[in-house]
Amino acid sequence: MSTTNKLSKDELCQLFRGFIAPQNVIADEETLKPYECDGLSMYCEMPLIVVLPETVSQVQDVLRICHSHAIPVVARGAGTGLCAGAMPNAEGVVLSLAKFINILEINPQTRTARLQPGVRNLAISEAAAEYGLYYGPDPSSQIACTIGGNVAENSGGVHCLKYGLTVHNVLSVDMLTVEGEKVTLGSDGLDSCGLDLLALINGSEGLLGVITEIQVKLLPIPEKARVVMAGFDNVQQAGDSVGGIIASGIIPAGLEMMDSYAISAAEDFAKAGYPKEAKALLLCEVDGTSEEVQEHIEQVEKLFNSFGATSIRTSQTEAERALLWKGRKSAFPAVGRISPDYYCMDGTIPRGQLAHVLSEMQRLSEYYQLRVANVFHAGDGNLHPLILFDANIPGEFEKTEEFGGKILELCVAVGGCITGEHGVGIEKIRQMSVQFTELELLQFNAIKDAFDPLGTLNPGKGVPTLRRCQEYRSIEPKEINTNKEGAAHG
Amino acid sequence: MDDISTELQQQVLAARNDRQALNIIGGGSKSFMGRKAIGERLDVSGHSGIVNYQPVELVLTARAGTPLTEIEAALAENNQMLAFEPPRFSGMATIGGTLACNQSGPGRPWAGSVRDHVLGVRLINGLGEHLKFGGQVMKNVAGYDVSRLQAGAMGSLGVITEISLKVLPKPAASRTVVWDMGARDAIGFMNQLAARPKPLSAACWLQGRLYVRLSGALSAVEATVKEWKTAELAQNKADEFWLQLGQQELAFFDKDSSKDNAGMPLWRFSVNSAANIPSLDEHSIIDWGGSQRWFRGEQDKLHMESLAVSAGGQVSLYSGGDRSAEVMHSTPEALQVIQKRIKASFDPDGIFNPGRLYNWM
Repeated sequence: MSTTNKLSKDELCQLFRGFIAPQNVIADEETLKPYECDGLSMYCEMPLIVVLPETVSQVQDVLRICHSHAIPVVARGAGTGLCAGAMPNAEGVVLSLAKFINILEINPQTRTARLQPGVRNLAISEAAAEYGLYYGPDPSSQIACTIGGNVAENSGGVHCLKYGLTVHNVLSVDMLTVEGEKVTLGSDGLDSCGLDLLALINGSEGLLGVITEIQVKLLPIPEKARVVMAGFDNVQQAGDSVGGIIASGIIPAGLEMMDSYAISAAEDFAKAGYPKEAKALLLCEVDGTSEEVQEHIEQVEKLFNSFGATSIRTSQTEAERALLWKGRKSAFPAVGRISPDYYCMDGTIPRGQLAHVLSEMQRLSEYYQLRVANVFHAGDGNLHPLILFDANIPGEFEKTEEFGGKILELCVAVGGCITGEHGVGIEKIRQMSVQFTELELLQFNAIKDAFDPLGTLNPGKGVPTLRRCQEYRSIEPKEINTNKEGAAHG
Repeated sequence: MDDISTELQQQVLAARNDRQALNIIGGGSKSFMGRKAIGERLDVSGHSGIVNYQPVELVLTARAGTPLTEIEAALAENNQMLAFEPPRFSGMATIGGTLACNQSGPGRPWAGSVRDHVLGVRLINGLGEHLKFGGQVMKNVAGYDVSRLQAGAMGSLGVITEISLKVLPKPAASRTVVWDMGARDAIGFMNQLAARPKPLSAACWLQGRLYVRLSGALSAVEATVKEWKTAELAQNKADEFWLQLGQQELAFFDKDSSKDNAGMPLWRFSVNSAANIPSLDEHSIIDWGGSQRWFRGEQDKLHMESLAVSAGGQVSLYSGGDRSAEVMHSTPEALQVIQKRIKASFDPDGIFNPGRLYNWM
């Protein structure tokens, strides 16, 4: 039960230090500072206290104390998230799971891994490799991001068209409720009786509980993987050839598109041999048995040719495959070199709307006088426009944010959504009222209440409260025509 | 082929007003599942028809009452399929019921379940509000995943009116190989095969024989068949086997009281793929590469639950037996509390399929 008597910061620290090693209870400004933001550093807030418990029972005690005093709790993994989902609450505790870094078990027979939440995504595949297995979802931050954060955001990656998102690859989790009670969702089996709470937890952004253990599925490493790179004179042709591949019955392991800005930035950075004069570039990876890859590569090359590719290159060796991917994988830092700052967006659209969305984005880019580079998980319609700006110019970030918001609204207007894999956090909370009606948001709030009646788990993120969403609706940024007519074709 | 969502909404509002329990029915093909249905019939079968299908987007949207046969016929014209191979139950099954009961066939461990393929839903909640969640795109992490939450909820959270699904191309080729062996060996062997990078798409053991299906590019399937050097099942026999298994039409599933197993309770285990359940395995169908097992017989439910727990999973009384007692695996108290609260968040008056999933919900 919650009590109304507020604890002082010192009293709270003292309570925590009663069961957590004193150096793992952080309260001084200097040491708190690195926790003020996650990967989206434009949104900052200093927390009251950061705790780094080392056992599940310590986490339970932290939750019990915070629950009984109605203190906000923000769980945090590696802090690589891109929606300010792990931004602290000024009155609250950051619950860092950074000490939970153990791979508890790799079971080659059942092809599963049991993990603590702080295990890095890439570390799972590295540990499974000796058994010829790997973990499917591979977000770009996989070298640093943790599996706990992946569950919270339902992370994807370049391979998710074929191998699924986090939600498709998690068998079970141990979760602590806001009261600190431990429950297990899912099992070793592929489904469980009753309401599928496991589905609800994936992508819930730390609003419903705290994950303390995760069991994931592992996949056999494909015998072979090859990538075909194709350059195109225009985006429409590139978009059409993506549709052509899907229509031919091939599900590529990865299918990525970049526009001319991204191509030339990536090429300057990675020297991968990308055709810098191309207006669009596709990378299509196929994997499987050697025979299957050979058969599919030939089909893909033929298709790219028939859709008017101006250049085609197919990896002949593993080194060449890695090189072709290097450009794509370094696209974000590469864009960072041509601009003081960049802001990465994350909308999803039906693929058929790509050419329309890109031309609208170009129009918005001219209106806001801000450049935009596009990197696109073309296979599953997930856009990552990178808006280039300079945070040192007064007002430019605000303009960037508004431009970003317009892009997300455009995605919704053509039948897509405001976030494919980065999450809502604080960043996109305003656009939730574009994608959902008030009644739908109320239903989300009711679900939140079912887990967390006091609303202390990661408050202010993910889903706007009704009061907030009314405010957001009333704040209309200056109206510009986003050509709703185009949307009607969706 | 009609949109009757407004009528459905009015029926829900009237039921709420009268505090009248509703029994949501599509094709009625799965009325044998769950606990005994109570309440006034709410017929969703009239809310039918494919709303949108873009083969190139790999997405299909249909009203909940649309029969699976209609959806599969439309997909087949474009050489696509529902990769989760749901049972059609003599053509009566609808897409809404398939999602509500989380029904998937033999390909499930490799291709995913209906829960995995659902992208978005529209549903009428207990306040009579017609709401939309998820979307028609492959990736969408805005808001809680209410769409997947419907899988297996058996209509307890609302009247699903529309579903968007990911669909997939049909594999270019499919072949089936068999090995004759006992259950214990088969469980080990299925797991070994699944760890190899080969185009497996189904693995099932029954009555001394392990059936393994390979699907994908012709060259890959043929090379694997050759490499594994075992008997291959003739194409028509193979097709018939997987169809009868997936449709739950093998003699094992027969509910006909004239047969030996005479309507005996049918138990479904969802367990660790490599676990052995020595007392049952030899008499079971071991599907999903070991993860799903069917057993028929009069048994004590708590005993079956303890077997399932030691095999890392759960059991439910799929059909037959006492349908007024609990038929799902027992739920710990803490999870009961959360599930009841979620139920109340959608259906505060408890009008949708009360007691169908559990006595307490």
